Amino acid sequence: MIKYLNMLSTLILPLIILTILLHSLYKKSCAYEDFVEGAKDGFNIAVKIIPYLVAIMVAVAMFRASGAIDILQNILSPVLNYLKIPTETLVICLTRSLSGSATLGVLSDIINQTGADSYATKLAAVITGSSETTFYVASVYFGSVGIKKFRHALPAGILADITGLIAAIFICRLFF
Amino acid sequence: MNYIFIFLILISIVCAIINGKVDVLVDEMLQASSRAVTVAMGLIGIMAFWLGMVNIAKGSGLCEIFSKIIRKPLLKIFPDLKNNDDAISNIAMNISANALGLSNAATPFGIKAMEDMQKDNPDKTHATNSMCTFLAINTAGFQIVPASVLAILVTNGTHNPSQIILPTLIVTTLAFLSALFYVKVLERIFGND
Repeated sequence: MIKYLNMLSTLILPLIILTILLHSLYKKSCAYEDFVEGAKDGFNIAVKIIPYLVAIMVAVAMFRASGAIDILQNILSPVLNYLKIPTETLVICLTRSLSGSATLGVLSDIINQTGADSYATKLAAVITGSSETTFYVASVYFGSVGIKKFRHALPAGILADITGLIAAIFICRLFF
Repeated sequence: MNYIFIFLILISIVCAIINGKVDVLVDEMLQASSRAVTVAMGLIGIMAFWLGMVNIAKGSGLCEIFSKIIRKPLLKIFPDLKNNDDAISNIAMNISANALGLSNAATPFGIKAMEDMQKDNPDKTHATNSMCTFLAINTAGFQIVPASVLAILVTNGTHNPSQIILPTLIVTTLAFLSALFYVKVLERIFGND
């Protein structure tokens, strides 16, 4: 099963490119000119999102460096124990919406601490695999077109993240 | 975003003082700023490549065909994009790329979609309803196979790592649907301000 899915996901990129190029050949459009023209925007977009990325990445890095997560972990651990949620997974719940690379790092930490087949590892893996870094996505997408007022996008994203976390805890208890 | 930004930094400074980690905090602050630039620079190449590819598809009319197929169901979620076929096809490409786990390819499509929606936006600094909907379903990160997580589990020697695929799929589907639900509910509450 995994083998076929992996094969599909490695094949899909070349297939998309093939389809685009064959269609262009069939329609006799100017593929090379179009490509260069479109690719020009790559640089502009990357430069445009820098201020947005600096804002969110600095805020998140400061939050992680300050030890605020440790304090929260101490306060919440009795509640988590009561609900039978491994305390190690709290960090991943908090970092998931903030930073992608940090989350993968935390997942590795949890595996090292609790073992590769522990309940905490499986729960953390499901949490990591089932959501996106909300703040990063918001800064990149809105930043690229200069949107400064995010309106209800972030509240909706955060609420969905929380729903995902709760769902992950319930579903994992059913499965593992 | 204002409150989140201020809140994150204020809490950090207070906690750093309590924990005696002020030096680490300042160090991280400076490093993160330059890391942000590195991340943005890293995007240039892949972004240029996919934007180039998208432009070929647009020039040959492939985007148009694709958006015709996907138009009907997507218009139910994005009613404001009736007259914006480019946005619809880029949104569709973004969601498909994300679902397949190709986040590198998904980002340029997503940004293209944002640009297409921005064209019809009367106030260029405020997000439109469609933009918010698009962002919310993107942050839910719908993915069929969580490839990077599986890779980590495999390298760390988890037995039968594929057992996380089904629960992850259920959770991500729930998150996706709830994002859609919340964004539509909040849209009413926030109104048109």
